[in-house]
Amino acid sequence: MNSTKPNGFGVLTSDLVLKIDEIIQTYESNSTRLVGILLDIQDIVPKQYIPREVASYVSETMNIPLSKVYDVISFYAALSDVPRADYVIQLCDSVVCKVTGNTILRDAITELLGIKEQEATADGKYWLEYTPCFGACDISPAMRINGKVFGHLTTQDSVKAALDLYK
Amino acid sequence: MSKTVSIITENFGKYDPSSIDSYLSIGGFSAVKKALAMSSGEIIEMTKKAAVKGRGGAAYDTGRKWAQAASVQGDDKVVICNADEGEPCTFKDRSIISQDPFRLLEGMIIAGYTVGAKNGYIYLREEYRHLKPLLLNAIRESTEKGYLGDNILGSGFSFHIHLYSGAGAYVCGEGSTLIESIEGKSGRPRIKPPFIKECGLFQLPTLVNNVETLAIAATFIQHGVEEYLSHGTPDSPGTKIISLAGNVKNPGAYEIPFGLTLREIIYDIGGGIPDGHELKLFQLGGASGKVGDASILDTPYTYEALAKQGLVVGSGGILVVDDRTRVIDFVKSVQDFFIHESCGKCTPCREGNRQIAKIIDRFVDGNQHQDDLQTAERFANIMKNCAFCGLGETAQSTLLSAINHFPEEFGLEVAASEKH
Ligand SMILES: Cc1cc2nc3c(=O)[nH]c(=O)nc-3n(C[C@H](O)[C@H](O)[C@H](O)COP(=O)(O)O)c2cc1C
Ligand code: SF4
Ligand code: FES
Repeated sequence: MNSTKPNGFGVLTSDLVLKIDEIIQTYESNSTRLVGILLDIQDIVPKQYIPREVASYVSETMNIPLSKVYDVISFYAALSDVPRADYVIQLCDSVVCKVTGNTILRDAITELLGIKEQEATADGKYWLEYTPCFGACDISPAMRINGKVFGHLTTQDSVKAALDLYK
Repeated sequence: MSKTVSIITENFGKYDPSSIDSYLSIGGFSAVKKALAMSSGEIIEMTKKAAVKGRGGAAYDTGRKWAQAASVQGDDKVVICNADEGEPCTFKDRSIISQDPFRLLEGMIIAGYTVGAKNGYIYLREEYRHLKPLLLNAIRESTEKGYLGDNILGSGFSFHIHLYSGAGAYVCGEGSTLIESIEGKSGRPRIKPPFIKECGLFQLPTLVNNVETLAIAATFIQHGVEEYLSHGTPDSPGTKIISLAGNVKNPGAYEIPFGLTLREIIYDIGGGIPDGHELKLFQLGGASGKVGDASILDTPYTYEALAKQGLVVGSGGILVVDDRTRVIDFVKSVQDFFIHESCGKCTPCREGNRQIAKIIDRFVDGNQHQDDLQTAERFANIMKNCAFCGLGETAQSTLLSAINHFPEEFGLEVAASEKH
């Protein structure tokens, strides 16, 4: 559509710019859609986060002050301003998963991947974070990998089987 | 499992939720057809008769809310479906969206028609993003077939539904905060007045209802109020979808008539506690709800009977905890949740949660100071009375009710005769 877009540098490659433009277009550049737009952009940025350049780009393209863009990014738990990994693992840390034994799940991840909360594996593949209840309490203890829910994770084997789907 | 019923959930498993043809083949959209043949006033009368208390947690009378929304002046109004379902131990809205999305749309269309709205918004939590394609498809197919959009079924009534995504913030389930979020901002509650029923989303008069409330509306319009009222008790008529989880053999979302006892719910429907353990406590209504102990298991699950025991229906979450978890560790887990979710706008909640957490941590380690409990209770009561929104007002319900039911766990001496 708009062929005079800057090429960008660093994370903001011309390919990414095109995709971001597409997302913003899908939402008709509607500023009330900022949360959804940022979520969709985060999905396509390597390491699943909103880099500074991307935030600025969204701010300029949509004509929203950068401070407002950052107000949103820093407020919502689902938006990250630090690089994560190819696969974001979210362990539910809320009370149902607690009473059904999510410590096994946590220990299994730490043993299998060698990472703790808010850490990524050295190869940049996996990132681990705790998250409040995501409504999978009926199959607790549960985790999400890139948004997909896995439940009944009561053994190290069951955790490994889920991780093996993301290599 | 025969104690459960299928009224709101009657369509679960009966059709393919990704196909409107499948929905139409089981009589789908008959509620909308019936509603469009009625006047707004008639629907409001029916809704009042059905006596449905809002299922999002606050239990506000739906008929009253719809009557108020309809009487607000304005030819451009908004209906919001609250699908934020952020309360821990609550997943019943997920069951509706994933198994009967079209009935939810019917409920929204009926609500829109009744109050005179042109647009509906579904605010779906990010955690349910996997349900987004299903909802978008339902909206698209319904629009294509004329059940949604301009001039619905030739009635002259036009209604459009838009899907917005949350981004992981429990406080956004609160009505005015949800509106801030849909407007593309961070989620902090608005000061009232103005009330959202008069000035809500995009400054328009706004009706906010929970997913289950809207599904119930479609249900009693389709089958008649008498049919719906034939379930439940005189005081708490109808049915409720509960989210039963924790240390029970059969966790799940179940539709029950009001009036079953907690014992029936936990032992007959839930199958009881696994691995030969004993029930220690239960928590009703999610993290913002209240806890009870085994001595009150024969309480019927109705708004009135639970209130007498200091309990709430709330979101309909029923969390069962057995003797493997200490009460104080349970309380700490709930406290951690509220620290994480407090939006920080007001001091009682922002600071109160932190200070109480410090005290709870000392209890967890057994290092509590002599006046810690008193201090925690004092702060908790300040939060209950002074917090800016419902989050802070209810954040300490678990602690206060736990102290009440398990005083010994907080180092309080109890005379044997005082124990229930
Ligand atoms: C902190 C907080 C979180 C809430 N979360 C939800 C929620 O996730 N879903 C919901 O329907 N209502 C939630 N509510 C209640 C809503 O404010 C509102 O009462 C409800 O959506 C109205 O719909 P109803 O009358 O059909 O229950 C929440 C309230 C507060 C204070
Ligand atoms: S009570 Fe808590 S969540 Fe509500 S406005 Fe105050 S700080 Fe924010
Ligand atoms: S408490 Fe873990 S998914 Fe609900």
